[in-house]
Amino acid sequence: MTDLSRYQDAATIQRVIHTARTVAVVGLSGNALRASYFVGYYLQRHHYRVIPVNPRETQILGETSYPSLRDVPEKIDIVNVFRAPDALPGIAREAVEVGAGALWCQFGVVNEEGNRIAEEGGLAVVVDRCLKIEHARYVGRMNWLGFNTRRITSVRTGLQ
Amino acid sequence: MTEEPFRTEEDREFGFETRQLHAGQRPDPNTGARAVPIFQTTSYVFEDPESAAAYFNLQEYGNTYSRIMNPTVAVFEERVANLEGGMGAVAFSSGIAAQAAALFTLLQPGDHVVSSGALYGGTVNQFKHLLRKMNVALTWVDPDDPEAWRAAVRPETKAFFAETIGNPSGNVLDIETVATIAHEHRIPLLVDNTFATPYLCRPIDWGADIVIHSATKFIGGHGTSIGGVVVEAGTFDWSNGRFPVIADPSPAYHGLRFHETFGTYGYLMKLRAETLRDLGGALSPFNAFLFLQGLETLSLRMERHVSNALAVASFLRDHELASNVTYPGLPDSRYRPLVEKYLPRGAGAVFSFDCAGGRTGGQDLIRGVTLWSHLANVGDAKSLIIHPASTTHRQLGDEELRAAGVAPGTVRLSVGTESIDDLIWDLRQGFAKVAASDGRA
Repeated sequence: MTDLSRYQDAATIQRVIHTARTVAVVGLSGNALRASYFVGYYLQRHHYRVIPVNPRETQILGETSYPSLRDVPEKIDIVNVFRAPDALPGIAREAVEVGAGALWCQFGVVNEEGNRIAEEGGLAVVVDRCLKIEHARYVGRMNWLGFNTRRITSVRTGLQ
Repeated sequence: MTEEPFRTEEDREFGFETRQLHAGQRPDPNTGARAVPIFQTTSYVFEDPESAAAYFNLQEYGNTYSRIMNPTVAVFEERVANLEGGMGAVAFSSGIAAQAAALFTLLQPGDHVVSSGALYGGTVNQFKHLLRKMNVALTWVDPDDPEAWRAAVRPETKAFFAETIGNPSGNVLDIETVATIAHEHRIPLLVDNTFATPYLCRPIDWGADIVIHSATKFIGGHGTSIGGVVVEAGTFDWSNGRFPVIADPSPAYHGLRFHETFGTYGYLMKLRAETLRDLGGALSPFNAFLFLQGLETLSLRMERHVSNALAVASFLRDHELASNVTYPGLPDSRYRPLVEKYLPRGAGAVFSFDCAGGRTGGQDLIRGVTLWSHLANVGDAKSLIIHPASTTHRQLGDEELRAAGVAPGTVRLSVGTESIDDLIWDLRQGFAKVAASDGRA
């Protein structure tokens, strides 16, 4: 198994989460019970602009769905991938082409070539991590349901 | 370079002693309170209808009702999950409730469970009667025999269950071997880690999938509160075809597929959002607070518990009125290799021995001690003693007692953290009484 730890760096994850505004979700489902929909819905609640990328849908979560990253008419901070691993190299190439800030691959979306393309194109790369979980770990309320955030800190932060 | 408007936290491997104090809690953002606040509330005001819907749909982590989640209880849950190296935890109103919920979440009628036969009596009752009532079949196995576990597997087997250190006979589970056999058959291993605590053993490190505690014991540590907790590793593949009850659309949650939607959190989400919701058995925030106070000193207490236990066990081994001392931490224990592998910091502090004079001898010993507390609990900072033949197993005759692994003179000890000389002084008082009755004085 390949070592993914360089694509799971805590500082990179926190920087991406804190600085991003727009998230293009590639493979976002229109079915409200699918994991991708849960993540998209959550991101909207936390004030990210979610852009669906799914050629089979016209609108998801109240936003226009685009057939590909190339069709998105605005700057993308995070390309969040919910597709099969073998689709990743193509998605990574498009992400580089449109000047996205980060490539974020969900659980199981692991493809070395895709990671390399994005990295060489200057994108921050996070692999085999869930964007919702990492946001909830560092910013949100994952701890409210007894999940292990692994965070240890005595720093007082603002209102939740 | 300009300073970033946020502070990044390093992904550091903090030590156990640090985590037992800090994990799960951050200073309260509203008040700055350093201690964990006791959120003694049944319910929570929603920001707006959309937020309320998002919480109930599990689309957002939010508080709805304290039967299902509570901020004080959540600190306790995360702290135990962190100390055990799990993905998360769900707390319950007792260890028995935790165990029932852990099994309910993954079982359905017609299923089968393979369990160690060397268990706490309360668990034996729960499995023997409650599982059968739910039409779940059960096979008891000798936990020390790996082949017995393998041979007991059926197509409908859904769980292996055992205790890290068996109550009261002190057998030590070969966790890695039993977990491997379970996983060969795509079955999870559930381990009751009450007697070891995560300070002495972390079963998840050795392949266990679910860890259960009676928090009433060493976690609370002071005999104040009843409670339990279930920790899941988050690595078991519940979509392996054997667990439609977790993988298939849930009729109790508008068709949600818990494992597909929540991935590594699937089991824990179902345990909370369905099982805890429907069975009740929620932990009270005040008890969670007391358990958190206990956890802050867990490592310190356990170090003392095990050093006192070894000293008491060594005293008994050499005493003419004691025999069959089951402490696995003794150098000549048959569990020595397993203790070295799984319990290098000590083999817990609960064990039994047989007192000379049978039933009367055991009773005399109890009458003779004045510092050890005669009661039915373990894991208190205070030393505890009980004579099963005249209490928990009172209805059984000598033959039946033997079948239950208890001799007429068997005495169970839970060694506390008092001055060791005082504990041994008191046992000597007890044995003097035994000897007097026995005509040996």
